[in-house]
Amino acid sequence: MPEMLSLSNDPILFLSLMLAKILAVFIVVILIVAYATYAERKIIGRMQTRLGPTMTGPLGLLQPIADGLKLFFKEDIIPAQSSKLAFLLAPMMILVPAFITVAVIPFGGDVVIKGFAVPLQITDLNIGILYILAMAGLGVYGIVLAGWASNSKYSLLGGIRSAAQVISYELAAGLAIIAVFMLSGTLSLRGIVAAQSGSVLDWYIFSQPLAFCLFVITSLAEINRTPFDLPEAETELVSGFCTEYSSMKYALFFMAEYANMIVVSAITATLFLGGPAGPFAGPINLLLKVFFFMFLFIWIRATFPRVRYDQLMFMGWKVFLPLALLNIVITGAVVVFL
Amino acid sequence: MEILQLLFFYLVAFVTIVSGLCVVLCKNPINSAISLVMTFFCLAIFYVTLHAPFMAAIQIMVYAGAIMVLIIFVMMLLNQGAEVVARCRHAVVGAVVAAGIMMLQVLVTLKHGDVSGVVGPVNSAMIEEVGHTELIGQALFTDFLFPFEIASILLLVAIVGAVVLAKREV
Repeated sequence: MPEMLSLSNDPILFLSLMLAKILAVFIVVILIVAYATYAERKIIGRMQTRLGPTMTGPLGLLQPIADGLKLFFKEDIIPAQSSKLAFLLAPMMILVPAFITVAVIPFGGDVVIKGFAVPLQITDLNIGILYILAMAGLGVYGIVLAGWASNSKYSLLGGIRSAAQVISYELAAGLAIIAVFMLSGTLSLRGIVAAQSGSVLDWYIFSQPLAFCLFVITSLAEINRTPFDLPEAETELVSGFCTEYSSMKYALFFMAEYANMIVVSAITATLFLGGPAGPFAGPINLLLKVFFFMFLFIWIRATFPRVRYDQLMFMGWKVFLPLALLNIVITGAVVVFL
Repeated sequence: MEILQLLFFYLVAFVTIVSGLCVVLCKNPINSAISLVMTFFCLAIFYVTLHAPFMAAIQIMVYAGAIMVLIIFVMMLLNQGAEVVARCRHAVVGAVVAAGIMMLQVLVTLKHGDVSGVVGPVNSAMIEEVGHTELIGQALFTDFLFPFEIASILLLVAIVGAVVLAKREV
């Protein structure tokens, strides 16, 4: 068993590998974000018997780049009555938590480089899951501030809705995860992947089916995707919290939405589907699982109508929360008595 | 390495103090609230550097993630601007006095109290080995089980009270 590479035994190799890992993960996430927009338009187009983008490049493959360039060269409007600092901060405060959450997700086992074991994960925290929950809690500031700072009633209503929604569903999502780490006995994502590393039947989706369903649904609500996209319900709120935004700032909101989708997919894959376990190399397995969940989210968007606001609150507090608590009680009983 | 750690400490301490000052000095209450979130975040960084990652995560989850969101929520709905600050001049005087007393207490503790070294079996080597979360869990559910349960009952009472207050007519 080779020694684990750390800052003390080979600082230069450690730092350069760390930078390489961060850069690789960042580039992969950005690429998926760009092509998720393309995939979403293509898939939803097909599901609605349309073609989706076809004109830009072969099969419309250059569409994300064209969209990016278009947004980049648009005029950047800051409303005169807005609160400048909060208006500028909001898009960053929504994008940064989404991106830094990826840091704790393991995308493979250990590889041996120059006699040292290097984990395929940016960093393994003792409190991995809590870190994810903490960052998810910070993400709501972006939406709330964007809504408030725009000084427009549509934005404010979108922001308030979002705050209420995220707080309600964060609770249920957190309680659903508790059942997982009651089984694994660790908060570190590496530990949780290791606990599922036996056969496919060891994946927590089989021992925690209720927690899996709860987590997928509640995190769908937490990242404001259809059918829970009330903060940007275009029929009643124009575009919700990002109504007043334009140019690159609007693009940041868009990127954050897709980055959040990737993060949620990756977390679900790690907690319930064994993370990088599977027939191929670690990162490819994880990517396949992430793509599966993203396809599922797009599929859901093409299928379900938006829920009403009172239904949303009813489901969050009176259905998902009690179910998550029940799941914890059952898991506790099983862990103690069996 | 030592120098780097020291530089990092001073950088974070500087940001903490500046954002702490912004909480008090900002005209706009929402900007104060954002600065307070920043202060909480810096405190969490201090917890991490003190080998207390669990405290750091809880600090961000509870204070930055839950309490401050609710405070901002209320501020957004009330939308009161700088005029409130002007109306509450006497509160500023009170806060200054309180801060002065607090600083005096800290100075006295630092000068005469026992703040040097680690007392008891828990030290940073042990935290490194067992894990901070595990240590807190063990202490909470063995030695401090009774206070823990009392705190839960207290919270339950608060929840029931909130429901009673909110749902008077039902």
